Amino acid sequence: MGEMLYQRDVYGKTLVELGRENKDVVVMDADLSSSTRTNIFAREFPGRFFNCGVAEQNLMATAAGMASCSKIVFASTFAMFATGRAWDQVRNSICYNHLNVKIVATHAGLSVGPDGATHQALEDIALMRAIPNMNIIVPCDGPQTREAIIAASRIPGPFYIRLGRPKFPTLENKGEFVFGKAQVLMQGGDVAIIACGTMVNEAVSAAGSLLKKGVRARVINMHTIRPLDAGVIRLAAEETKGIVVCEEHSTVGGLSSAVGEVAAETRPVRVKRLCVRERFGQSGESSELLKEYNLTSGDIEKAAAGIVTGNDT
Amino acid sequence: MMKYSESHIKELRERAKQIRRLIVQMLCKACSGHPGGSLSSTDLVTVLYFAVLRHRPQEPLWPDRDRFHMSKGHCCPLWYAVLAESGYFPKEKLWTLRQLGSMLQGHPDRRTPGVEVGSGSLGQGLSVACGMCLAGKMDKKEFRVYCLIGDGEMQEGNIWEAAMSAAHYKLDNLCVMLDFNGFQIDGKVADVMNVEPVKDKWKAFGWNTIEIDGHNIKEILSAYDKAAEAKGKPSIIIAHTVKGKGVSFMENMVDFHGRAPTKEETETALRELQ
Repeated sequence: MGEMLYQRDVYGKTLVELGRENKDVVVMDADLSSSTRTNIFAREFPGRFFNCGVAEQNLMATAAGMASCSKIVFASTFAMFATGRAWDQVRNSICYNHLNVKIVATHAGLSVGPDGATHQALEDIALMRAIPNMNIIVPCDGPQTREAIIAASRIPGPFYIRLGRPKFPTLENKGEFVFGKAQVLMQGGDVAIIACGTMVNEAVSAAGSLLKKGVRARVINMHTIRPLDAGVIRLAAEETKGIVVCEEHSTVGGLSSAVGEVAAETRPVRVKRLCVRERFGQSGESSELLKEYNLTSGDIEKAAAGIVTGNDT
Repeated sequence: MMKYSESHIKELRERAKQIRRLIVQMLCKACSGHPGGSLSSTDLVTVLYFAVLRHRPQEPLWPDRDRFHMSKGHCCPLWYAVLAESGYFPKEKLWTLRQLGSMLQGHPDRRTPGVEVGSGSLGQGLSVACGMCLAGKMDKKEFRVYCLIGDGEMQEGNIWEAAMSAAHYKLDNLCVMLDFNGFQIDGKVADVMNVEPVKDKWKAFGWNTIEIDGHNIKEILSAYDKAAEAKGKPSIIIAHTVKGKGVSFMENMVDFHGRAPTKEETETALRELQ
């Protein structure tokens, strides 16, 4: 297993890198800079860092105003508040005006852990995916976080980048990150596993176990959720017996919905979804929660094997 | 007071009348829209564009331009009329308001030359203006930012988040104009959700407050000057206005917050605005 890294640490350091390169890079936060790690940038460039206090609506609309004056604005807070509290501002001030604001939200999904349900965003991808003009990236580990942040900084327009709270293992040999193009991490023609964020590592583990049992699973890291790499989904649908999608998100509107939509519209195929179904999160350690909500490599393995054998009730 | 010559004031008053005529005609043609607040803010915005704002209508993206943002986006007929009168686009375009494919959308949209940022969902515009001010200060630019808000809009929580932020960041390049006409869709602001004491609230949030008659050209000119002189804090011009100002049967009539005049009403209105 690769190095364990906090995506948010990588985010903070990457901001400094970008800040040195370009004086128009500005960073904003809403009283969570020590958690989102935008404080790393704030220490280096205090004149280009703006704390809005606990006021997410103001955070997003102010970011829009700054972007209208040619700034590249990174706006950060927890995923729950970035997307839920300030959705109207994100839609009407940022996306409708197609402004250059990069919302980098941390503490997404169940793996937030002990803070519990109010802090575990399970609907954020759905909320952002519903807005025209919004680009969405869910990096799978530390190094990919850096690549995603740099890519977003160079492409004009709004972005939502979703990061987790705990340390993630670094996945080796992923190849180059290309915005909008999924990474096939393991080849296989029996079943396809599509994942994003934390779940990519679980998917790779599951595929490893399956391989020992003679099942060849294709593992796809769908780091870009908007625009979605529909080609890789169509190929998976054509060349395998079915698709397993897993993510730390609700079954409604996230990656699994997006994959299902492409499959239903172009290549109908069995899509089994490992997501959170009609439930809120709760307190617990990350690993306990992923187990409780059936989001482990074991669950993925079972779902994939079910598709291959046809015993997938 | 010498700096505001009587002829200049008279010219601005005539200009405002012309803007009001355009607003009424546009809304009649569009068959929908918001006359009440457009007419109550007309003098504020006309004076701003024709006597205060440093801008180049032929070069809308001139980097050093002063910015205007209409947070109460539903009053865009006023903005469009002022932009057309200033020369941002041909006046004929005004008759396409709210039509399919028109650059003059029902609420402000960036496709209109002169519109910096679209608006429509109340409360956000003050934050947007703060963002422009912060960017200006960061770049050591001299431009000022003007933002029009409504009294009903003051009920939005986002307004107070922005009010706190503007004072915290000492945004003395920000001038807010409050169109205090006392009415909102459901009735009198005082009955729907009282916003008073308005001046005390803004003062308590750390703002420089200037209270005026929002239809007195001389007072408006002087208020913009006072706002520009204030250092270390943002300014708000609390402009007491009359909803539907200039058209007798629209004045203080809630009905005309969001209803366009009929052809007959338009004719009467235009006669009054001669």
